[in-house]
Amino acid sequence: MTAAEITVTGGGPLAALGAFKQSRYFQPVAIAVVMVVALFVIPTALDAYWVANFTQMAIFSVLAASAGMLYGRVGLVSLGQVAPFGLGTWVCMRLAFATSIPYPILMLIAGLVAMVLGVLIGLPALRVSGLYLALVTLMLVAAVEIALGELKFPNGGPGFRGLDATLSEIKPMRRPSFAESDFGYYRFAVIGAFVVFMLAAYVLSQKPGRAWASIRQSEAAALSAGIDVTRYKIYAFALASFMAGVAGSIYAGSITTGMDIGQFNRQAAIFLIAAVIMGGIYSLWGGLLAAFFATCLLKFLIQNVIGHDFWESFNLSLFGFGLLMNLVQSSKAADKKGVAA
Amino acid sequence: MINVNGLTVRFGGVISLDDMCIEFPSGTCGLIGPNGAGKTTFFNVMSGFVTPSAGTVMADGVDLLSMPSFERARWGLRRTFQTEQAIENLTVFENVATVYEHSGAGTRAGRNGAVMEALDFVGLTEFAHDSVRTLRAKERRFIEVARAVVGTPKLVMLDEPAAGLPDEETNELQEIIKAIPGRTGATVILVDHDMVLVQACCEWSAVLDFGRLLASGPTGEVLRDPRVMQAYLGIEDIEGVDHG
Repeated sequence: MTAAEITVTGGGPLAALGAFKQSRYFQPVAIAVVMVVALFVIPTALDAYWVANFTQMAIFSVLAASAGMLYGRVGLVSLGQVAPFGLGTWVCMRLAFATSIPYPILMLIAGLVAMVLGVLIGLPALRVSGLYLALVTLMLVAAVEIALGELKFPNGGPGFRGLDATLSEIKPMRRPSFAESDFGYYRFAVIGAFVVFMLAAYVLSQKPGRAWASIRQSEAAALSAGIDVTRYKIYAFALASFMAGVAGSIYAGSITTGMDIGQFNRQAAIFLIAAVIMGGIYSLWGGLLAAFFATCLLKFLIQNVIGHDFWESFNLSLFGFGLLMNLVQSSKAADKKGVAA
Repeated sequence: MINVNGLTVRFGGVISLDDMCIEFPSGTCGLIGPNGAGKTTFFNVMSGFVTPSAGTVMADGVDLLSMPSFERARWGLRRTFQTEQAIENLTVFENVATVYEHSGAGTRAGRNGAVMEALDFVGLTEFAHDSVRTLRAKERRFIEVARAVVGTPKLVMLDEPAAGLPDEETNELQEIIKAIPGRTGATVILVDHDMVLVQACCEWSAVLDFGRLLASGPTGEVLRDPRVMQAYLGIEDIEGVDHG
């Protein structure tokens, strides 16, 4: 076989794949494959431990996509997405214990309440940007962290807080009647995440998505195109917070042995943005990848490669290293692109 | 008719526009002057990015400066930038559609037709569904012009649209600019350092120097004005201008 033949036979399938990636059928086919794997392959091939991890991945993917959308699509560096995530969790738990509202409606309510918080996060974004916005939103996370630390998570008790102080453990929250088992709830989480992703993809493909792309590139050019930059920034925060709130409501049902405030604190906020950047901020697929890194892959690595103690000591350092590698790769890609152009 | 009256902009101790008074007639008008004369500052005031310390701008009887930036675009003010601002993450069609749908240029049903008309006007129809990232400098410049003319603009401000383009492409752009008033009915204000382009496109021009209006009138006469020769071109005779 000559070198030319090798090139042809080696390049054929790759070139075909490259062409397929550019075609309009790629996204629907990729989504269908992911959904078939998520709904049918994972629950049958893996045990309860890994299915629980994939449940967390589905939840985290929505949260990561919401943060990635703000950063990659609108250019708003917000570290505050764990705040609406925490609020969504709390609201869903409180209402699930206090009422018999169907779970999908609870998710909607949690998303809407979180959206109100998102608009409040969005207000400083009208005045500040970049590092200042990151700091302001991180401070908001600190405020929500303190509030949740004081309120604690509801456990079926009375009053506004829904807290029964005599119970040392948080009671598992009710789940949808059709998804009470861990496997059933996993499928429910996947479908919930899918619906939120579709909502985000739809909005991004419409007028607001184009407005956000304009704002991200140049606010001056966006204003010159007639875009009400203030309104669309708030809209972006509202949508992202709705997504995070819904993610929080799915998270509420996934926790069976006690809710940890550590999921909603400042470290979680930094962990989230680091994972999001590593996953990729320019596409919603990046949210899925970030979630895979931050849940399943990380669990696998902790168990089989780096060990739990090492992770406890160096988790932020490892994410810092990951971010650095990401930046190096990005700059190399940019250099290559520059040469090609 | 665009009536600029007493427009003054100060940045600290620097006066960028000094009591500027110009009446831009309809058609295509040139606005020229050396670097730092205040041309882009004037565009930025018109766009709402710079707040003047004094002065008014009346456009077709409307007080432009009283509106927020995006409302001016909805009124019909369009502009391009010295550094082209075609949106990289969108296709060519989406770039133009964004202006159409946000500037309230027309109905949703009329969007596709209006966008394709604007792309046809600048010769970019074949690139409609291409990503901006894949395009050359010329096409990216022309996208900006398409964004400026889509729908129903009333005032189109072009800030050095030919910057960086070779002669052949500048000639192409020249024909497009000349056709804008006829196609849209808008007044065009062209800022450029290419005097051949300005002379070819603009029957009327104004010259700024140190933020002050130096001369205005028919372009040929203005360019022959000795004060303009001295201040802007650095010579006293138009024959000395290198048209190449």
